[in-house]
Amino acid sequence: MNNIIEVKNLTKKFGDLVAVDNISFNVKKGEIFAFLGPNGAGKTTTIKMLTTILHPTEGQIKLNGFDVVKEPTKVRQSFGIVFQDYSLDDELTAFENMEFHGILYGVPKKIRQERIKYLLKLVELWERRKSLVKNFSGGMKRRLETARGLLHHPKILFLDEPTLGLDPQTRNLIWSYIKNLNKEEGITVFFTTHYMEEAEKMADKVAIIDNGKIIIEGTPADLKEKTKTQSLEEAFINLTGHQIREERANPVDRMRMRRRAGFRR
Amino acid sequence: MMKIYIIWLRQLKRYFRSKSRLIGSIIQPLLFLLALGFGFGPIFQKAGGGNYIQFLAPGIIGMAILTTSLFSGAEIIWDRQFGFLKEMLVAPISRLEIMIGRTLGGATVAVLQGIIVFIISLLVGFRPQASFWPLALIFMFLIAILFCALGTTIASLLEDMQGFQLIMNFLVMPLFFLSGALFPLQGLPQIFIKIASIDPLSYGIDGLRASLISGTHFGFLTDFIVLGGIATLFLVLGSYFFSKMEI
Repeated sequence: MNNIIEVKNLTKKFGDLVAVDNISFNVKKGEIFAFLGPNGAGKTTTIKMLTTILHPTEGQIKLNGFDVVKEPTKVRQSFGIVFQDYSLDDELTAFENMEFHGILYGVPKKIRQERIKYLLKLVELWERRKSLVKNFSGGMKRRLETARGLLHHPKILFLDEPTLGLDPQTRNLIWSYIKNLNKEEGITVFFTTHYMEEAEKMADKVAIIDNGKIIIEGTPADLKEKTKTQSLEEAFINLTGHQIREERANPVDRMRMRRRAGFRR
Repeated sequence: MMKIYIIWLRQLKRYFRSKSRLIGSIIQPLLFLLALGFGFGPIFQKAGGGNYIQFLAPGIIGMAILTTSLFSGAEIIWDRQFGFLKEMLVAPISRLEIMIGRTLGGATVAVLQGIIVFIISLLVGFRPQASFWPLALIFMFLIAILFCALGTTIASLLEDMQGFQLIMNFLVMPLFFLSGALFPLQGLPQIFIKIASIDPLSYGIDGLRASLISGTHFGFLTDFIVLGGIATLFLVLGSYFFSKMEI
């Protein structure tokens, strides 16, 4: 049993809309797994279900051997997450946000103090640690968010577009920190990104989801070989571009289009 | 314990950093205290009720605590909109702990508001019997915990601020007016007393009044048991709905 994430026939419907359509996949312990897909493909919905804040319509998820629906508390003890959108408290300072997180996750005081200092320095916010987050720019908030997600060292780390909007320097620093966590502590990393070169460089395994379905899974090399392309980016466009054309006629898309038209009116 | 403490601390920090909240939530009780206190004072005196400010002040303290507590649930909705709720919901902490931390935080803020109104009422002429002091604080806390838990429970079922405001306004007025905060329950029509006795705030105001100026309608012990019981019920109910919450 070395699969730390097991997803079986997972489906999520919002009314008539099928956001995630009967997907199954496994992530091995210690793996860096990239979950890729165009906008609205179902990535975030899947992560929400994996992290217990959204209930699946059908199917089963096991994290670290625990069922996500039946044993949410045990599941929550197993993972950490950096969200795609803001989840900071604006009325607290950068340091207080870190401290709140550290205590909530039971990081012992000494380690907490050390890591907060280290991480805030890493994302260059140590000087601003006493400023209220509401005075931060978008990029600063993003950096703080990522730093906060790395404060405790869980078994599985979910990163929903962790490097979005970061400059290459910071992105590099953060990735080397994550890589190190993965190597030194055997932490499994599950991440989404729109930077294909990032996925190609970092991921042991890649899955591409489109229109709620996983269309391909394998190592970056596998994917390039299967699509006969030179880079993951080409492979991705090749695969998802193809898919959109094929999917255009399905009822979900037609409904989506009708909805959009309806909103415009 | 640390986890509950940090949630509690967060709410206090937010409270002290928001000056407008500090001031805004005192204005309404102050208005009630002055307008009603001095407006009805002479009539109350003539009817043989004694000093009306003396009677009214515990009721207004209760009112300040009621509104602050109920509206503290709104923070859940803010947290949901600003995304911070996610941070709490994915954390390895039981929903009951979140509920307790939040309720204690909101309750502490509400009691502070109550104390501010109490001090103002002293300036207006309210003279409590000093020996009962600690009891009044206990009742203030019970009222605060009960309505914080209720506010949080309602907020965890809603997603938008407008709906919450509407329900709260719909709740605050009847809870307040039917509680005997403004008039003695003794000698009222039977039907009114029945209604007042299903309003949890009645027991809070009664306990508060009994400990500040003596004279209880339901009896100390009843007040205490009813408030404590309902508060526990709402806490459990709130954590149940909290555990069902999705984002």
